[in-house]
Amino acid sequence: MKLLVCVSKTPETTAKISFSDNNSTFNEAGVQFIMNPYDEWYALVRALELKEAAGGTVTIINVGPAANDTVIRKGLAIGADDAIRVDSEPKSALFVAKQIAEVAKAENYDAIFLGKETIDYNGSEVGAMLAELLDVPYISFGSHLEMNGNVATIARDIEGGVEVAEVETPFVVSSSKGMAEQRIPNMRGIMMAKRKPLKVVPAVECEDFATVVSYSMPAAKSEVKMLDPENMDELVRLLHEEAKVL
Amino acid sequence: MSVLVFAESPKGQLKKAAFEAVTYGHKVAQLLGTDCIALTLGSVEGAGVLGQYGASKVCNVANAALDSFDSQVHTAVIAESAQQLGADVVIMSHSSTGKSLVGRLAARMNAGSVAGVNAIPTNDGVFKVTKGVFSGKAIAEYQITSPVKVLSLMGNALPPQVVGADVSVETIEVAVPAGRITVKEVKTQDGIVPLPEAELVVSAGRGMKGPENWGIIEELATTLGATTACSRPVADADWRPHHEHVGQTGVAIRPNLYFAIGISGAIQHLAGVNNSKVIVVINKDPEAPFFKAADYGICADLFDVVPKLTESIKKFKAAN
Ligand SMILES: Cc1cc2nc3c(=O)[nH]c(=O)nc-3n(C[C@H](O)[C@H](O)[C@H](O)COP(=O)(O)OP(=O)(O)OC[C@H]3O[C@@H](n4cnc5c(N)ncnc54)[C@H](O)[C@@H]3O)c2cc1C
Ligand SMILES: Nc1ncnc2c1ncn2[C@@H]1O[C@H](COP(=O)(O)O)[C@@H](O)[C@H]1O
Repeated sequence: MKLLVCVSKTPETTAKISFSDNNSTFNEAGVQFIMNPYDEWYALVRALELKEAAGGTVTIINVGPAANDTVIRKGLAIGADDAIRVDSEPKSALFVAKQIAEVAKAENYDAIFLGKETIDYNGSEVGAMLAELLDVPYISFGSHLEMNGNVATIARDIEGGVEVAEVETPFVVSSSKGMAEQRIPNMRGIMMAKRKPLKVVPAVECEDFATVVSYSMPAAKSEVKMLDPENMDELVRLLHEEAKVL
Repeated sequence: MSVLVFAESPKGQLKKAAFEAVTYGHKVAQLLGTDCIALTLGSVEGAGVLGQYGASKVCNVANAALDSFDSQVHTAVIAESAQQLGADVVIMSHSSTGKSLVGRLAARMNAGSVAGVNAIPTNDGVFKVTKGVFSGKAIAEYQITSPVKVLSLMGNALPPQVVGADVSVETIEVAVPAGRITVKEVKTQDGIVPLPEAELVVSAGRGMKGPENWGIIEELATTLGATTACSRPVADADWRPHHEHVGQTGVAIRPNLYFAIGISGAIQHLAGVNNSKVIVVINKDPEAPFFKAADYGICADLFDVVPKLTESIKKFKAAN
């Protein structure tokens, strides 16, 4: 199986969020970046497991600047065979999807894995866009995937349950919790990653239709009201009369 | 020119998500000085009700193939309908269905899209709309510059609003391509409001000590008519099913009322719940970080407090 895994870079989960240039730019100073957890823990690991079971290759791809190479090397350390970086600042989801589609069109991957969403912009869009650009089926929020020859059986998370679907290769799948278990790269993996091929390709021209113009912070919470544990009637009264949620 | 709202209908039923989307679509149409048209796919019961939420008409593509979900087929049909109906804004819910479609539609129509919007757009020559980013820690304002725009609306971002009366449902002819996905099974719990749609949520964490103690949580939830949720370590330890896991790596929710019981309030947990309208925290540690994000706090042993709270709610329900 020839597999592609799309990985993105996001601020570490506890990073302090602030903005500069009159609230138009995310302030990266002092922020630690990581591989997007859904991409690393679930998409990449499930692709590696399939390769280990049936042979083949796992390539990772990222659309981003040279600073993203550390994240890409981590993916190689976890076990991907090689990597491609499309050398451009990712400005919108459609831009990213078009860059990946351009690479994928030439390569005929059996399946393309993504995370269910990035934890910074929370769009959940790139996978769907990529599938449309490649004109292949898309299964979102996969929490379980089994391959049988060229047929995949995928369980996907839906509101209050799961939906199980069958699809033939080639397809695009986004991964949520349950798809695989996180793998920690070992010393050997980290050493080998340094020698694995990382190809840098230029971006193709593409217009950005939807871009962020400014950021703001949500309204601050008012001070917490501490209540007497012996008087739950009072809590219920407040929820009914003051907060109006009961 | 028009605003087209894809009103989703899982198992043939229009639910709150669809009413919210049409309410939103109606407001966007007012902003742009045009009509809001609702689109339903497959067999749908009582679609005329969408008129109450502001749809000037409801169009239905009546093809049984559309009763099971294939993002490729649904995208082709919605895009073709949008073209027939002259839509330049296409809106849907930010649900598991909508999230699988918004990007696909944007790519197909070469349109700008914003997934998970949380407010009515503005239009001062440039179309702008906001959404939560960084897992709710900030809000970003996007501009969309393409002629066609695709939006998905975050659940519970605005309440469904009745502004009119039922309208008639018109069948439109749209080609339905063959799908390449075979849906084998749909497993959902009946009678329980799924977490992303729930208005009341009772959530518990590691402070519960073990799965055998969840009886008091379930009783509180049943009394309230709430849906249960949990923190990640609880789901990881299989104390609770993994679809109950809320937070940055689990489900993101925004109910009206969120009870956090025996949960410390780690930033990754808050990321999935900090958009709740009202948060009540029960924790025995006065230093628990969750109190900072709470509206009401009770510092006590949950095993004492929760049964008392359930009793108080029973009393309240009996009196109201
Ligand atoms: C990348 C990443 C992603 C993550 N994503 C998520 C996520 O999506 N969701 C999530 O929840 N976590 C997530 N986590 C984990 C998160 O950091 C915390 O570890 C987790 O939320 C803690 O769960 P908890 O509050 O149930 O347990 P604990 O932190 O152990 O807290 C238990 C709380 O219960 C209280 N308590 C104990 N006994 C009682 C009692 N008898 N009465 C009252 N109170 C009591 C304690 O005072 C304590 O505050 C993530 C972590 C990482 C690194
Ligand atoms: N810049 C990028 N390069 C490669 N893959 C990406 C990039 N951005 C997003 N992705 C992939 O698309 C998924 C969904 O991202 P999003 O649509 O931004 O929520 C992520 O989990 C990644 O797998």
